[in-house]
Amino acid sequence: MSLTPDDVKRIARLARIETSDAEALATQARLNTIFDLIAAMQSVNTDGVAPMAHAQDVTQRLRDDAVTETDRHAAFQAIAPAVENGLYLVPKVIE
Amino acid sequence: MTMLQTSLSALAAQLAAGQISSRELARQYLDRIAALNPAINAFITVDAEKTLAEAAAADALIAAGRGGPLTGVPVAHKDIFCTDGWLTTCGSKMLSNFVAPYDAHVIQRFKAAGMPSLGKTNMDEFAMGSSNETSHFGAVKNPWDTARVPGGSSGGAAACVAARMAPAATGTDTGGSIRQPAALCGITGLKPTYGLVSRYGMIAFASSLDQAGPMAPSAEDCALLLNVMTGFDPNDSTSLERDKEDYTRDLDRPLAGLRIGLPKEFFAEGLNSDVAAAVEAAVAELKKLGATTVEISLANSQLAIPVYYVLAPAEASSNLSRFDGVRYGYRAPEYADLNDMYSKTRAQGFGAEVKRRILIGAYVLSHGYYDAYYLQAQKIRRLIADDFAAAFKACDVILGPTAPGTAFTLGEKSDDPVEMYLNDLYTIPANLAGLPGMSLPCGFDSKGLPIGLQLVGDYFSEAKMLNVAHQYQRVTDWHARAPEGLR
Amino acid sequence: MKWETVIGLEVHTQLATRSKIFSGSSTAFGAAPNTQASAVDIALPGVLPVLNRGAVECAIKFGLAIGATLNRVNVFDRKNYFYPDLPKGYQISQLAKPIVEGGTLTIIVPSTGSGQSEERVIHLTRAHMEEDAGKSLHEDFHGMTGIDLNRAGTPLLEIVSEPEMRSSAEAVAYARALHSLVTWIGICDGNMQEGSFRVDANVSVRPLGQAEFGTRREIKNLNSFRFLQQAIDYEVRWQIETLEDGGRIEQATVLFDPDSGETRMMRSKEEAHDYRYFPDPDLLPVRLDDAWIERVKSTLPELPAAMQARFQNDYGVSAYDAAVLTGSRALADYFEAAAKACGQGKLAANWVMGELSAALNKAELDIARSPVSAAQLGALIARIQDGTLSGKLAKQVFEGLWEGAGEVDAIIEARGLKQMSDSGELEKIVDEVLAANAKSVEEFRAGKEKAFNALVGQVMKASRGKANPAQVNELLKARLQ
Repeated sequence: MSLTPDDVKRIARLARIETSDAEALATQARLNTIFDLIAAMQSVNTDGVAPMAHAQDVTQRLRDDAVTETDRHAAFQAIAPAVENGLYLVPKVIE
Repeated sequence: MTMLQTSLSALAAQLAAGQISSRELARQYLDRIAALNPAINAFITVDAEKTLAEAAAADALIAAGRGGPLTGVPVAHKDIFCTDGWLTTCGSKMLSNFVAPYDAHVIQRFKAAGMPSLGKTNMDEFAMGSSNETSHFGAVKNPWDTARVPGGSSGGAAACVAARMAPAATGTDTGGSIRQPAALCGITGLKPTYGLVSRYGMIAFASSLDQAGPMAPSAEDCALLLNVMTGFDPNDSTSLERDKEDYTRDLDRPLAGLRIGLPKEFFAEGLNSDVAAAVEAAVAELKKLGATTVEISLANSQLAIPVYYVLAPAEASSNLSRFDGVRYGYRAPEYADLNDMYSKTRAQGFGAEVKRRILIGAYVLSHGYYDAYYLQAQKIRRLIADDFAAAFKACDVILGPTAPGTAFTLGEKSDDPVEMYLNDLYTIPANLAGLPGMSLPCGFDSKGLPIGLQLVGDYFSEAKMLNVAHQYQRVTDWHARAPEGLR
Repeated sequence: MKWETVIGLEVHTQLATRSKIFSGSSTAFGAAPNTQASAVDIALPGVLPVLNRGAVECAIKFGLAIGATLNRVNVFDRKNYFYPDLPKGYQISQLAKPIVEGGTLTIIVPSTGSGQSEERVIHLTRAHMEEDAGKSLHEDFHGMTGIDLNRAGTPLLEIVSEPEMRSSAEAVAYARALHSLVTWIGICDGNMQEGSFRVDANVSVRPLGQAEFGTRREIKNLNSFRFLQQAIDYEVRWQIETLEDGGRIEQATVLFDPDSGETRMMRSKEEAHDYRYFPDPDLLPVRLDDAWIERVKSTLPELPAAMQARFQNDYGVSAYDAAVLTGSRALADYFEAAAKACGQGKLAANWVMGELSAALNKAELDIARSPVSAAQLGALIARIQDGTLSGKLAKQVFEGLWEGAGEVDAIIEARGLKQMSDSGELEKIVDEVLAANAKSVEEFRAGKEKAFNALVGQVMKASRGKANPAQVNELLKARLQ
């Protein structure tokens, strides 16, 4: 299978990466060589094989329900692009 | 400059004996960085004042008799580890202004061990690359030939150790990012079993594959560093709760009876002949030390690259969503609205390779493709891990080349992602299985470039791998060689 | 054409844990912006989630309470989308393997006319753990929106019903029953103003008798039962009108505007989403073992259903009354204490649901803050039972209790509210009334029943309400025969 420039635009939109038509075209060519490489996977029979999501077969560890964090917003917001009154500022959100 | 050719254990002994102070040692390395880094570009950030303050604190610890085994020995940290008060860029424009407000677990451990930081090393952007050419801060040059790449993504770490700008460095390895640059720069590097080193504070690339590890001239050095780096961390759900090990404990064991597995797939087509010869010579050397060999098969590892280029980008596409210009890092200067701010910030903040992988990842996870790509890749991942499990019934350690060739020239592969990806052919399978792997120098090619030998061990067999590597390094001196003119 | 409404609800309940689901930040409401947003909550590079045991135990409690299947292995997934109140660019949730699947909730649908209220069993699809998002503050910051991440990472249990409700009344009854259950078992504080219990309603209509569902629209974030009812009623009318006008319903996400009483499309949801779910590699599968489940089970209080059965059995109250009385744990506990204190279950039920509830409603008080204690109400009922008080006098004593005038017997004494028990005194009054009302006596003898009631009224009046009405009846009848 191969990606069209429209596919590239669609996923770039999903991933919030501005992509011009020219860039989409160039990216499409590169991505298709990568998907050709990935295609080798498709012929493998994996019936009955359990997907492996983690390197170790271990169980989630649980944390006690206790408050351990203190207020560090001043330090965190010192590195923020735009803040006011303790809030992070972003272009207007419309619900 | 004998100091700069001294092992970590010898440095530690001199520090403990008061023959040199940590400050003096740090000063020497900082001077060498100042002299050599402009040509090598191994460091993104050097801060002599901070380094010397940490060294002074180490000296105080030693003077108070409260020093540990490596207190006062300085190390360089890959710029992927968040370091409180230090610029932490991950090689990206996106984080080019990010001064981390906290320490990664690994950094905490080095601080607790009293080991000063020499600075933050250059790397492929977000650890995505095998040549260190994707860094926003410029390519790193291989100290053995500055027209060539050092490998990646821990290229700055490998290069600074190879050029003896640091006695040791930390690296991270998602698909070979410790081992491949170690091989290309002629040093020793180890990627531990997944879960031994906490990932907390290590900027995520592919969470289920990422693992930090040591990079240093010798296996003995790596064993000492591993003692510092490993250990349970309650802040990382994938950190394993295990008894603390001393990774130096088996270094001196003889190798008699050691069964070395040679995967036939790792010696097939595509392997450079100089590399093949050097690896075979190393096998002969190990046999002299009492090891036996057995041919094994890792049939599904042929699929490691396709599987990796589905799983790693998928995880990365999600991990890198937090870079949105809202709370830290780069924000595009001009935008029309919220989505435009996101899209421009990310288009401008990420480099081409990172964007490519985000797009691959978003695509393989998107509606209608998940089963064919992501799920299929996870299933083949299991088959690859099963191959290893079967192989370890017949052998104690698996041996092969680390990379199919030696250091290539800058720009040689940067236009062809697939060509670049194939460099990690031998290293990726261990990441997929979560197994420990290491690379150690085993010779030079006809151009005088270092060749790396890879060992892959069973889960938690780091001590055994280090034992094999150390015994080999006792009878060879490849690891002790440094680039001409840098001695 | 006759239309049928189909409603399924998704309810987000904030779990009553001290700390967040994946970090050690406080979940307390109302703190200054971003002061309860840790490195993990604001998604600094490199941070990782660690699961809060308390949140899992809340989910286990819920699963046990609705008789659901608890998935022994359940998995957290990432739901990927960009939004400023979602710091990681993904929400950690559970898609393929949620912790709770199945289960039922019994609801009482109030009668529409004068008919009987109806009991219905609603099936639940699933309930899964997830993290809440932050809040966007739309006050104007020079044309910008402010983001507060204090709420980001607060544990939620999203509870999804089957599309089994057929009216807004049923949907409200379900939401109420669920609200009562989650607060009953203590996994949610139920505070709807603070957003602890938020309802999304999936609404569709179809011609009555048609098997397939119509296209649904999802009304987001309803934070009161009244709005739930209004929003559904509006939405149903709108959908029916649209279809009857020959239009089509497009799947959509809408918001309810309480001021206009209308629903409108959400701009942020206009674009089709592709959430790219996949298992979160930072979190491992959660395993529940039997011992843990048993431990959690032992901490559960008696559940409303069990308590309803017991109330019917032990106190002789009706099924409907039992359901009302178990509307909250505080109410049930109150009733039971009052019933035990007087030994009169039925009477206690009437008082709790009648006089007491009315007074509480009027004063806008919660049962937990009732000025009249269960013991006092029990003592009052006991005085009715032993004949000391008539119903009317009892109401006056109740008023005294409400005002804090003292204990039951003291109020009776102080206000002279004791029912007349001296039959000689009453006979005297009856004779006087008969003598003074010859006309009524005559009418009664002529067959006018009403005249008798007038005589009873006169006697009660002369006794200043203290006569026992039954005794008055008896005496009058005896005299008039």
